This record gives sequence, structure tokens and C-alpha cells, in this order.
Amino acid sequence: MNVLSDHFAEFREGFLGTVELTGLSGLLALVLGILMAAFRVSPVPALRIFGTAWVTLLRNTPLVLLFLAVTLGLPALGLKGWDSFWLAVLTLGCYTSAFICEAVRSGINSVPVGQAEAARSIGMTFSQTLGQVVLPQATRIAVPPIGSLMIALAKNTAIASGFNVTQLGSVQKSLNADTGYNIYVIFLWIAVCYIIITLAISGLFRLLENRLAVAR
Amino acid sequence: MSANVLYDAPGPRARARNRLYGALSTVAILGLVAFVVYRLDDTGQFQPGLWDDYEYTDTHRRIVDGLLTTLKTFAIAAVLSVALGAVLASARLSDHRPVRWVATVVVEFFRAMPLVIMIFLLFAGVFTSDPMWALVLGLTLYNGSVQAEIFRSGINAVPRGQSEAAYALGLRKTQVMSSVLIPQAVRTMLPSIISQLVVTLKDTSLGFIILYEELLFVGKAFAEQTKPVNGVYAFIPMVIVFGSIYIVLCLALSSVATWVERRTQRSRKGAPPAMAMVGAAVTTDAAAGVDGASGADGSHTG
Repeated sequence: MNVLSDHFAEFREGFLGTVELTGLSGLLALVLGILMAAFRVSPVPALRIFGTAWVTLLRNTPLVLLFLAVTLGLPALGLKGWDSFWLAVLTLGCYTSAFICEAVRSGINSVPVGQAEAARSIGMTFSQTLGQVVLPQATRIAVPPIGSLMIALAKNTAIASGFNVTQLGSVQKSLNADTGYNIYVIFLWIAVCYIIITLAISGLFRLLENRLAVAR
Repeated sequence: MSANVLYDAPGPRARARNRLYGALSTVAILGLVAFVVYRLDDTGQFQPGLWDDYEYTDTHRRIVDGLLTTLKTFAIAAVLSVALGAVLASARLSDHRPVRWVATVVVEFFRAMPLVIMIFLLFAGVFTSDPMWALVLGLTLYNGSVQAEIFRSGINAVPRGQSEAAYALGLRKTQVMSSVLIPQAVRTMLPSIISQLVVTLKDTSLGFIILYEELLFVGKAFAEQTKPVNGVYAFIPMVIVFGSIYIVLCLALSSVATWVERRTQRSRKGAPPAMAMVGAAVTTDAAAGVDGASGADGSHTG
């Protein structure tokens, strides 16, 4: 039980590291994901191809390999001087953006065609149709899967422990190596930290879902 | 919804504008690709010395060994996780409340835990000398819990009338399950099950972190021992070669899922019932720990 009190500073740092990593890469993933979704539905073929290639490549690469590619590849491309934290943010953000793109796209696709047709036929313009009819409904559909992607992202941050980033996974690793503590107790506390984070994310998204919900 | 409902058919000016945007974005993307290739070449990643090793049969054998290890781990983990998923799902659908509770706690806990953390624990605590079983067991526990949710939502997606009719004919619960619900549910679930297997395949690369000699580990070891040519290490060639292997494997497996889906859709018996939990099918690398996905998916009646 005293692992937590003995090493509270490490736990706090690891916890904050995980939260920070999740928050920043989540933000990057949202921006990139929405951009890629826009690419994939755009009338310009080159952008569509780029979007599709992005999603296919990133979705089928293991995250560990992507970490290797970014941490070793970007310095080789001349991007020197980034510390491992920002490389991890970049990796996790790009990886998750492929999944976010698909969630956003399937949200847009699941709005029935009749909705847009009706809006067009009463004379709404493109931006009115999109902004007042299609996107509000698409958002409502896309929010729950994006929430579960964010939870998955929070869990994936643990992989960064193999790449010199301070977060809960690396705390577990270093404390496991530090003899004298029961590793199951360490695991228990790490588990509690992760459950706090995932519950917070799912609570946040439930709140968002309720705000967006409409009575039918 | 196809995008062309959103706007009128483009006129001559809009078509010209679209062509302009098309040309501009093509140039931009080609420029990006060219820049990356140029930087790779400029930093000496394409020097023949770095790639020569991939021509030796010894190298081929090591890559194939790593590939076989990965596939073996994947096969064991896939079988075990589907079995565990079936057990947990039937426990969650049980009539006895304690069984249901225990299964729910187990499933929710293992879905909420990062796989790496679990593998670290298993490696440090149980299988200190045998990383393969740490990896397999971690994969099984995590993916088994996810598969359990897929099975459960598949069974729940079969229309109520089916089981009611079966009970009305006097079938017992086991009979209802095995001869009415499961045969129908399997067709709904199969694509989701296979896409979860793709996740399992990708996650075998986590063995890299506990130094298990699977494909990615072979790649890293290989890149480390290749002599640097003019001060350039062989990491980029490694990432390109091994990345392509992984992508081909995963694409092959996901194309099976797409094929199955298409096949069941044009089956004589009609389309399978739609599943409520879309989250598991489309999005997940790791579905929601705390059932976030199951809520609003089915509600868009328009």
C-alpha cells in the first residue's frame, strides 16, 4: 500500500504526463481527422486519394512501428531537436486522426440523403444545408465513437513508455525494476489512475452527448 | 450520403475552379512526396550499403522466422480470445445475476486497462522467462473482453420476435441460443470479429516492448547490427520494409472482413440484423472502456 505514498511524486508526474499527452494528441487528432474527412469527401480527386492513403496507411500500421518510424525517421529527415514528448504527441495524433476521420465520415454518411435533398429543395444554399441540416445531425452521431476513440487514445499513450516519455506506463516500468514493492500493488495503483482518466473522458463525452441531444 | 446532393451540378465556372483546385492540390501533394523522398535521399537513406543486406537469404530467413513467430502468437491469441469472448458473452447473457455481475466486472476492467500495462505486469510477475505467454495472455484477456462485447451485442441485435417465437414453440434456453439466435447473430458479428482480429494482429507488435522476438523486434535488431554507411543507420530501410509487411498482413485480413460482409449482404436469406454497437465494428483500436459507444448510434431515424 505504501508504494503510492513513497513514490507519490512519480505517480503524480506520470499521471499528469498521461493527461497532457492524451489532451494534446487528442487535439491534434481531432484537427487532422476532421481535415482528412473533409479531404475524403471533397470533389477534388487528388485530395480524396491523399485522404484515403493516409487512413489506409495509418490504420494498418501497428502503433509501435509508427512510434519507431517517427522517433527515428523524423530526425533523419532533418527535424532535429524535438524532444520525445512532442514526437509522441505527433505519433499518437496522426495515428488517432485516421480513426477520427472514419468516425466523422461515417457520421456524415449516416445522415439520410432525404435530409439534404429536402433542404436543397426548399432553396437552402450549400453552406446552409451543410451547416444547419447535415452537420448538426452528423455531429450527434459522431460524438459517441469519437469519445471511445479518445479513451483508446488515453490507453495507447502507455506505449510511449517504450520511447522515453514520462507517463504512467514508464512509472510502472521503473517501479517494477525498483525491487521491494509488490508489482501487483503497483499495477493496482496504475490501474486506478487509468480508470480515473477513462471515466473522466467518458463522463465528458456523455455530458457533450446530453448537450447535443434533442427530444424526438 | 453522397456529397453531390449538397450542391447543384457545377457549371462551367465552378468546373474550372474545381480543376484549378485539383491541379493545385496535386502539385502540393506531389511536392510533399518529392520533398520527403528528396530529404531521404539527401540524408543518405537510399545508399546501396543500407539495402544490400535485404538480398541475403540469411536475412530472408530471419525475416520469415520473425513473421512466423508473429503469426504463431497471433494464431494462439486469436483462438484463445475468441474462446474467452464466447465464455464471457454467455456469462453476461446468463440468467443468474451473480454470474452476470462477475462477467461484467471482468469485461469492463480488462477493456479499460491499457494492454501494455497488462503485458508489463504479466511479464514482470508471472512469465518472467517466457515473454510469448505474457504477450499471448495479455492479448487474450484484452481482446477476449472486446470480443465478448461484440458477441453480446450481436446476439442482442437479433429481433426479439425470434427468441419469443422459439420459446413459444417450447424450446429451452440452450436450444433457443444454439439453433435460433447464434446462427443469425454470427452473420452480423463476423465482420466485427475479424476487424477485432486485425487489431489483435497489430497488437502482437507490443511484444517488441518486452523484447519478444517477433517481427518488429527482428527488424530493430537487424537495423541495429547493420553497419552504418557514411554515418547513416539502417533504421529507415527497416521501417519501410517491415512497415510494408505489416500493412500487407493487416490489409489481407481486413479484406477478408469486407468480403464476408459483402457476401452476407447479398445472401438469399436477406441482410443480417443491424448491430447496435457500431463502435466496435468501425472505430476501434480499442473500444470504449465504459460503454460510451453503444448509446446514440442507432437513433438516427431521420
